[in-house]
Amino acid sequence: MTRPYPHNKLHLALDHIALARTLAKDIVDQITPFILSHSTVSVERSILRLLGIQGVDPEGIPLPNIIIDHLKEHHLLEEGAARSFAKACLHFKLDPQTLAGQLACRERSFEDLPDFPEEQIVDKAITLTQPLLEQISNQRQSREHCLSSLGDGSEPYLYVIVATGNIYEDVLQAKVAARQGADIIAVIRSTGQSLLDYVPYGPTTEGFGGTFATQENFRIMREALDEVGQELGRYIRLTNYCSGLCMPEIAVMGALERLDVMLNDSMYGIIFRDINMQRTFIDQYFSRLINGFAGIIINTGEDNYLTTSDALEAAHTVLASNFLNEQFAFLSRIPEEQQGLGHAMEINPDVPNAFLYEIAQAQLIREIFPRSPIKYMPPTKFMTGDIFRGHVQDTLFNVASIMTGQSIHLLGMLTEALHTPLMQDRFLSLESAKLVFKSLRHLQEEIRFTTEGVIQQHAQTTLQKAVGMLEEIQKIGLFKALEQGMFAEISRKPTGGRGLDGVFAKSSKYLNPSAWFDVRSS
Amino acid sequence: MPTIDYRQIRPYGDTLDDGIIQLSFTLPVPFGEEAQEAARRWALQSGFWDPKVVVALDLGEGFTFFVLYACSTVCIDFTSIEVPKLSHERLEKSEIDLLIRTLLGRKLVIVGACIESDAHTVGIDAIMNMKGYNGHKGLESYHEIDAINLGSQVSCEELLTKAHEVLADAILISQVVTQKSLHLQNLTRMVELLELEGLRDRFLLVAGGPRINYELAKELGYDAGFGPGTYAEDVASFVLDRVLARCVK
Repeated sequence: MTRPYPHNKLHLALDHIALARTLAKDIVDQITPFILSHSTVSVERSILRLLGIQGVDPEGIPLPNIIIDHLKEHHLLEEGAARSFAKACLHFKLDPQTLAGQLACRERSFEDLPDFPEEQIVDKAITLTQPLLEQISNQRQSREHCLSSLGDGSEPYLYVIVATGNIYEDVLQAKVAARQGADIIAVIRSTGQSLLDYVPYGPTTEGFGGTFATQENFRIMREALDEVGQELGRYIRLTNYCSGLCMPEIAVMGALERLDVMLNDSMYGIIFRDINMQRTFIDQYFSRLINGFAGIIINTGEDNYLTTSDALEAAHTVLASNFLNEQFAFLSRIPEEQQGLGHAMEINPDVPNAFLYEIAQAQLIREIFPRSPIKYMPPTKFMTGDIFRGHVQDTLFNVASIMTGQSIHLLGMLTEALHTPLMQDRFLSLESAKLVFKSLRHLQEEIRFTTEGVIQQHAQTTLQKAVGMLEEIQKIGLFKALEQGMFAEISRKPTGGRGLDGVFAKSSKYLNPSAWFDVRSS
Repeated sequence: MPTIDYRQIRPYGDTLDDGIIQLSFTLPVPFGEEAQEAARRWALQSGFWDPKVVVALDLGEGFTFFVLYACSTVCIDFTSIEVPKLSHERLEKSEIDLLIRTLLGRKLVIVGACIESDAHTVGIDAIMNMKGYNGHKGLESYHEIDAINLGSQVSCEELLTKAHEVLADAILISQVVTQKSLHLQNLTRMVELLELEGLRDRFLLVAGGPRINYELAKELGYDAGFGPGTYAEDVASFVLDRVLARCVK
């Protein structure tokens, strides 16, 4: 598959698609002033990381967290962490990491720092972030270089998950998967990490249902994949989770360590992790600025809607959310080519013609987002533990994917619903996908759908319903829509959920670092 | 046809008592003839008879995957098996609502959550949410049940507080993540908390999840446990049965 996808096999009404985009943009525009006028503790911690601050104190508390507490205590947070550090560096003539260490052991305070001319402060802040922003740019270039010199897999990219809890065991599993044909390796995070309001530090060997996302773990896995990629003559992409309460910090860490794909949804945390919506919208905006700048492909999580809602009845909610995620991504200057919008194959396989409806939905997302590396998720909800049946369901999923020109193909596992994948599960899954993709390689160019047939009609209806849903959201606003449980049938309140206490209004003196990405990405 | 002797049961391939079984596994040895022999010997030493390695595949990094067929001479006595089971009758939604109305005379209150670090709502949602799962409506849809689903990553304390507040009859606990037996630790924690507070007998305690069954749940100190394939009416039937039994006492 090469993008942009060239076909209109579903005879979708182009004016409907355009209307959906206008509505989605409107919805995002409604809350943009709020997003831009606020910041969060995690945004400020990510700015500290961009200043080069890392490490933990003797008790294991990350320095960025300690510093934010200090700034809060002295009412300096509203001006932005960047302003305080620029001033402190000018005044004490020390680098940010040294100052951070001194703050942590209370040898130094930022209270009553003398003021400096505005121009000097802004210049200093830019100078301070320059080394790390350059490192991020270099990582982006080195990815581009690797992709052109080493070579890239072909779409649909084979995406598999490792989840042992131990980064060194993950490395082994990942290398094996790469040798077996995987193009993208995702390291699943330990369950519960999304709700930690700090990022763990160093290499980790214990986790539940996954491995902690730490900068050192990122580095270890990157190195291993580079190594095996060199040998295989194919660049192996690395994925992690830029989600939860530390979304912006993870974005910085991933950008520095050259992750290639990040799970980064605009609403997932609100709906499925009960993270406060104000916090999430601000955090996702900033994390996406970084992901965009770093050339990282974001993956959105609409597939999850279908784990709680019926996949046929709720198909339009996936599409409507895709439109919103697209506009939120544009707001953060992420181009379509970096928007891995998510969707899934989750219709009950016992429904007659289930496969036809799946094709309709997968093709619909493909045609509406022709430039995006859309991400297709495998069956999970109706996997029963019967591994033989599961393997057949996954085979159908593989067929649907190659037939509809999907870009990122997350492999289903025959042991889904039983345990995190064994090495042999991943192997069987990769073998199946490779076989299907090879033997059906050009099928999609050969087929057209019957005019007004089941597939066309289902796709057209889904689009229509998505437009209707977006019209409704545009009238009531996104906050209200979330409160009414319009996504995944889960209702959240604007002041409910975790992390609201980390949100604050920027003062008029707030030093806005997002402008820096602009300068550098142009 | 020979008659089956239930006192001596062996696996069935295509002929009674042929003992045929299918195995697939990975060994951490490099692919090759030695690997095949290793797989064969492993099966022999495990007590299987005439193991045949039908395929050996190179997984890379010094690992090999095998599929084997072998025979087993081991017999078990099917007639001596006793599995603890739920003793109540399984009712349908409408019957459950009717019984609550007529026999209990008030609403049945059920609180549920996926506790501690586990972030997966899929199980508790399938049982509790309006929509339910696979055409089986969830507890929220029952007229005579007050179903309160607290979602995922709920601490044991939070769950207990809520159960107290709403005067719950039963507490449902879902555990999906089972890596390194995390679910057992979490489930045990809830029982310990209830015992510590002297409230173990106050609530019916029910566990659910992909690796949970009745026997395991009983062992952990729960009143019941439900595994894959469970629907809302299964849980509701059980809770109602026990609540009614308590009323009679």
